Amino acid sequence: MKTINFLLAGVGGQGTILAGELLAHVGLAMGFEVKKAEVHGMSQRGGSVTSHVRWGTRVFAPVAGAGEVDFLLAFEKLEGLRNIHMLCPTAIALINQENIIPISVTSQNQVYPTDGEIQGAFAKTIQRAIFINASDTAKRLGVPQTMNVVLIGALAAVLEEYPAAEFTQSDTIWVDAITKRVPAKYAELNKTAFFAGKSLITLPQKENV
Amino acid sequence: MKKILSGNEAAARGAWEAGAMVGAGYPGTPSTEILENFVKYPGVYAEWSANEKVAADIAIGAAYASKRAFVTMKHVGLNVASDSFMAVSMTGTEAGLVFISADDPAMHSSQNEQDNRNYAKFARVPCLEPNDSQQAKDMMANAFTISEEFDTPVIYRMTTRICHSSGVVELSDDIDAIYEHRPQRASVKFPRNPAKYVMIPGNAVKRRPLLEQRIQKLAAYAETSPLNYIEKGSSALGIITSGISYQYAKEVFPDASILHLGITWPLPKNLIHNFAQSVQRLIVLEELDPFIEEAVKIMGIQVEGKDIFPAIGEYNPRIIRESAVQAGLLPPEAHISLPPAYPEPIPARPPVLCAGCPHRSSFYLLHKMKVPVTGDIGCYSLGVIEPLSAIHTLGSMGDGIAVAQGAVKSGSTEKYVAVIGDSTFFHSGIPALANAVYNQTPFVTIIMDNRITGMTGHQDNLGTGKTLQGKTAPIIDIEALVRAMGVQHVTTLPSFEVDKIETTLKDYLKLDEPSVLITLEPCALLPDSRKRWEPLYINAEACNGCTLCFRVGCPAILKSEELDEHTQRPKAIIDPTLCTGCEVCSQICPRDAISFRKEHQQNGITIQ
Repeated sequence: MKTINFLLAGVGGQGTILAGELLAHVGLAMGFEVKKAEVHGMSQRGGSVTSHVRWGTRVFAPVAGAGEVDFLLAFEKLEGLRNIHMLCPTAIALINQENIIPISVTSQNQVYPTDGEIQGAFAKTIQRAIFINASDTAKRLGVPQTMNVVLIGALAAVLEEYPAAEFTQSDTIWVDAITKRVPAKYAELNKTAFFAGKSLITLPQKENV
Repeated sequence: MKKILSGNEAAARGAWEAGAMVGAGYPGTPSTEILENFVKYPGVYAEWSANEKVAADIAIGAAYASKRAFVTMKHVGLNVASDSFMAVSMTGTEAGLVFISADDPAMHSSQNEQDNRNYAKFARVPCLEPNDSQQAKDMMANAFTISEEFDTPVIYRMTTRICHSSGVVELSDDIDAIYEHRPQRASVKFPRNPAKYVMIPGNAVKRRPLLEQRIQKLAAYAETSPLNYIEKGSSALGIITSGISYQYAKEVFPDASILHLGITWPLPKNLIHNFAQSVQRLIVLEELDPFIEEAVKIMGIQVEGKDIFPAIGEYNPRIIRESAVQAGLLPPEAHISLPPAYPEPIPARPPVLCAGCPHRSSFYLLHKMKVPVTGDIGCYSLGVIEPLSAIHTLGSMGDGIAVAQGAVKSGSTEKYVAVIGDSTFFHSGIPALANAVYNQTPFVTIIMDNRITGMTGHQDNLGTGKTLQGKTAPIIDIEALVRAMGVQHVTTLPSFEVDKIETTLKDYLKLDEPSVLITLEPCALLPDSRKRWEPLYINAEACNGCTLCFRVGCPAILKSEELDEHTQRPKAIIDPTLCTGCEVCSQICPRDAISFRKEHQQNGITIQ
């Protein structure tokens, strides 16, 4: 099987690292060799954060190169756009409808691109870009921090239809990976967040191709 | 069982399984998590030390006392520890001693890029390089064995992509059984062996030839070590590689023959000769310096390396593939084209001082005062980012104070300020400040005390009252220490008191002698600080879009879409999910528009 490359992109503090961990454990539970890579350090201080996850029969490099990513999970729109060059033409991107305004926009007059510009850039580059409002969904659940798990749920739904995937997945594998890696008292809540994320994809009107 | 471990988690596990009893280090990305994980295992001593040299000496002392020990640091930490490192290469030890050096190609969180394999050659010691998490665990056992067998410290060189990548590791979950059976060395009397351990010149001269003999023996060992192995593939292309580059070689050249070097110093000459003869084209794939390549060339073997692949930065499969296509190692079809670049500049998102950071107020003032500021390494290095733009030098741990002194002594007529954090002050700021006092140099040092080692993710230090093993510890009284050095003008102020800091700085800058301002406030991200978070709100009626609050560079303060009708400039709004309520912005707002919800309500202002 061809190695599947995921890229998670967000802003420090959004939970990208945990989401990457969940994704790696799901891959392991499905019987893949998995590798995951991220850079800690200064990126924790509100900077851009990316995390690579790779699933395959045999995985060597922990990171995919530019033009090789199959799935982008963007926790924030600008961070999605920043990583667009990482995607292969057949890639699917899941983009959370959230703007986090960087200091460069507030104090240096740089311009945050419009939704139309971001959507246009994705439409030109890849097969399918799905914009979902994972942040709002998580807020409705009462815990905004579950946004990362909502996104993971959406990814699970997308993977169910992924034609190149030579694997079967089940909700149990995803839910197990999640509940084992969040504090016990938040397990039920994160499970709810996962399914809320999944249902965002099955509602066709939410999709923006 | 199979477990997903990062290279750092795996190295910690490997050190413990190999019977390491003592681990010491100073936090530094990408090495920090090694000790944080090692400390969780039973029967070990682990500590955060004041700096890497101290940490190295602790590991050396333990290894002299017959216990396996290791020290962790980022690449530049080995510069700090190099005096001890070079010395222990001369003496050797009783038990295994490993220096874990975590190099940071591409400088993800470092001030420079250096290839610490060079230190192995420099000190005549072996260098081991794991290529994934499994090896990061397993090779620790080899490192300790080699150290003892050849009476030498060992460099265990990891890189960011090994440290912070996770992969599947096969390991036993029977911690008790491992604990019972891991190699343990009995406590014995400390060696009284001055000829070996007291490096006065008379003894050192006799030890010196042993280093050359040792490296020869290690080279012979490297010929047959299981860490160096050939993976036979097509004879068209042979690749000598090590560490993370091995993974890129396997990914990009699946058919090539590979000579994997787990020991990258000293090199196995015969093995390399034989491998070279078995292939038509020979390349070395290694990140950073042409370290193996140059050694192979000296052996008289024709080889390519840095003429194909970059000598700076971090590799990834794309860089290797595209370089290989250029060099004709891969057919043109292997090239992967990229989508067209986004036509507009994408706003940068550099790391910034967090909302509620206690360092912000001082940098806002320093920027306003337009004084030259010598910086240091820690979160407060972010004082250089716009709009604060308040730092003018930064190079190495603890350099800021003495750099300011040097500038003053050069005859410069400007007034200087050095800034340094609490942990960095303990690391190497103390001698520099004492020196400035001794040599009577007028400048201001601001010790930004946030009660933690912040940048690397909240490690305890000599000022936090807690050790890595969770024990209560004495807290250094920084103000008393500074007074004891002979500084006459010392003040400790709460970090958020903007006016008082400004007045004190202005007074101190007029002085003819060294002065120290300590700004004190725990990091806003510490658990206790988080409990006190309460957002501020802006009264849109009062805000006139003066933009002054944008200049504190707080990520919680944003431009509103609403423009002030007179100034036609955007009013400010505060993101309540980010704001911690530090009140730095409210103190500088000339319109008194920023307050807590309760205060607004008391003034009859409704906040949505």
